[in-house]
Amino acid sequence: MRLTLMADEIALAVRDLAVHFEMEQGVVRALEGVSFDLRSGRTLGIVGESGCGKSVTARSILRILDRPGRVVGGSIVLDPGSSGSTDVLALDPNAERMRAIRGGRIGLIFQEPMTALSVHYTVGNQIIEAVRQHSDLSKQSARDRAIELLREVGIPRPELRVDAYPFQLSGGLRQRVGIAMALAGDPDILIADEPTTALDVTTQAQVLDLLRRLQAEKGIALMLITHDMGVIAEMCDDVAVMYLGRIVEYAPVETLFAAPRHPYTRALLRAVPTILAKPRQRLATIGGAVPHPGARPVGCPFHPRCSEVIEGRCTAAVPPPIPPGQAGASCFLEVPG
Amino acid sequence: MNILDVVDLKKHYPIHAGLLRREIGRVRAVDGVSFHIAKGETLALVGESGCGKTTVSRCILRALAPTSGSMHFSMAEGQSVDLAVLPKRALRPLRRHMQMIFQDPYSSLNPRMMVGDIIAEPLKVNGVPAAERNARVLELLELVQMPASARSRFPHAFSGGQRQRIGIARALALNPRLIVADEPVSALDVSVQAQIINLLLDLQDRLGLSMLFVAHDLSVVRHVSDRVAVMYVGRIVEIAPTDALYRNPRHPYTETLLAAVPAPDPTLRGRRMKATGEVADPSRPPPGCAFHPRCPYAVERCRLERPELTEIAPGRFTSCHRAGEIELAGVTG
Repeated sequence: MRLTLMADEIALAVRDLAVHFEMEQGVVRALEGVSFDLRSGRTLGIVGESGCGKSVTARSILRILDRPGRVVGGSIVLDPGSSGSTDVLALDPNAERMRAIRGGRIGLIFQEPMTALSVHYTVGNQIIEAVRQHSDLSKQSARDRAIELLREVGIPRPELRVDAYPFQLSGGLRQRVGIAMALAGDPDILIADEPTTALDVTTQAQVLDLLRRLQAEKGIALMLITHDMGVIAEMCDDVAVMYLGRIVEYAPVETLFAAPRHPYTRALLRAVPTILAKPRQRLATIGGAVPHPGARPVGCPFHPRCSEVIEGRCTAAVPPPIPPGQAGASCFLEVPG
Repeated sequence: MNILDVVDLKKHYPIHAGLLRREIGRVRAVDGVSFHIAKGETLALVGESGCGKTTVSRCILRALAPTSGSMHFSMAEGQSVDLAVLPKRALRPLRRHMQMIFQDPYSSLNPRMMVGDIIAEPLKVNGVPAAERNARVLELLELVQMPASARSRFPHAFSGGQRQRIGIARALALNPRLIVADEPVSALDVSVQAQIINLLLDLQDRLGLSMLFVAHDLSVVRHVSDRVAVMYVGRIVEIAPTDALYRNPRHPYTETLLAAVPAPDPTLRGRRMKATGEVADPSRPPPGCAFHPRCPYAVERCRLERPELTEIAPGRFTSCHRAGEIELAGVTG
């Protein structure tokens, strides 16, 4: 099945991305052949439990993967199909060109905005610096732009807040500043890594609304990383479900929730506590825990926890990956045996 | 019978300034909170960060000394003691009756102790003989669905969910009369969270636990609690049986909270109500009802007069001047 909105331009194409962490104890395969597209004006949700590789994917795209992590294969192509397409993996992470892409073409929103903000400078100074790094505006124009960005992300009285230090702001306002920072280079791709996980629920609702509005206004390609199925349902057009470094299911959001195809997706959806629960309602559980990525099971990585495991098949080989741009599950139940 | 009766609990922190460190104001972290926990019941205390829910739980455990108010804790003999005024020394023999389950299973277990010793420690401190201790440890491991072999291993060998089970076994070791669980599943992955929620439900059924469940996640709370108390800026704004509170909230803040939770269902997208503004600062709470600057239903009276928590139907309490006249939306399952 082809996804409906093929017409939307592909802003970034990730193909067969593989990342290894070379540790003393051996090689940890953090990502094993991850492929997906980010499309202008659309939101791709990446969901999965800890260790599934969702943050490693984001960091690889921005070339800010920490040692001992290393991209060992694949490509990450900006503007594929156009004459000016660029494989960011071919660039030196510290080269001027990569720095122009990081924060320029691709903005990043962190879970904890203080990761991106310094405690020593006012929020204005930091946004001004980011603006000037990606444009040739004068100091005064950059300051005006910073105030405009703060207003755009819904910060009240931005002309005063521009001179505030991050610690003087509440968590919700800090995350708005984090978003303003991410927008400073006028990116057309935004990667948001658990952007609301550290926020209270009413603040989360406001920040999600803000992200949705900005995306619609600017036609941004948004990649939203989260562990929260509620946030996925609320925000995304398409969803990639990850497990131990692989995309195990890819689908439009309505399809994923209405007719999940991978046993892991099905189990995950049943395990989510819901605000619509009946009193004392028990949850379906997935046996065991996510294995350490260094102790990846042979065959399908999910098979030891899978209730529909096919002995001899799932235990022996890794199911084929989902072709990029298509909905489906990487599961032997999908492949005629 | 009530295990715990809290009446008008306050915890204020003075703000000092100037050369003479004069008190120039107070942070009213908890400002007149009353509730009870019946035997065998789980009461959830919910609210956003800074609302005072954790301060309440720390006062009950007397990790903090309350500024005023009473907290009557019923003892096995049918007598009760006021935890608020008890001197530290008199508290010690009571500690075994109140146990805690922590949020972070990684920092709450001593990495240098074997799991068997971690679980046995409260037994040892309370003079249970070694032979009995071993039997009890095995019983507890079975209760939290861990293999007996876990006894002789160290915490690092276990996943987050298994560690949380170990923490629960330790908390249950002395058959406490009250369990205080502060965000016990919020650090866990979804698949593991579900296991621990089910375990807590099983333990409630099997042992008739009385529990104060402090949490910010309204979905988790709907699964595990019998009643819910919603806090906002140091005060309880609503208490109700769980299902009634979710279906038919009677305080506008409860309605706002429920509406803000994204439901795991894309067909319900966009029905969220906008929450405006930010949580008030507990050192400078707004006059009148603390929620009025964010409340879509606020009228003049709400700006002037602070509403008291009142019983509007059997077992249902709300502190809203307009509770009788406004229709609020809940979430139904």
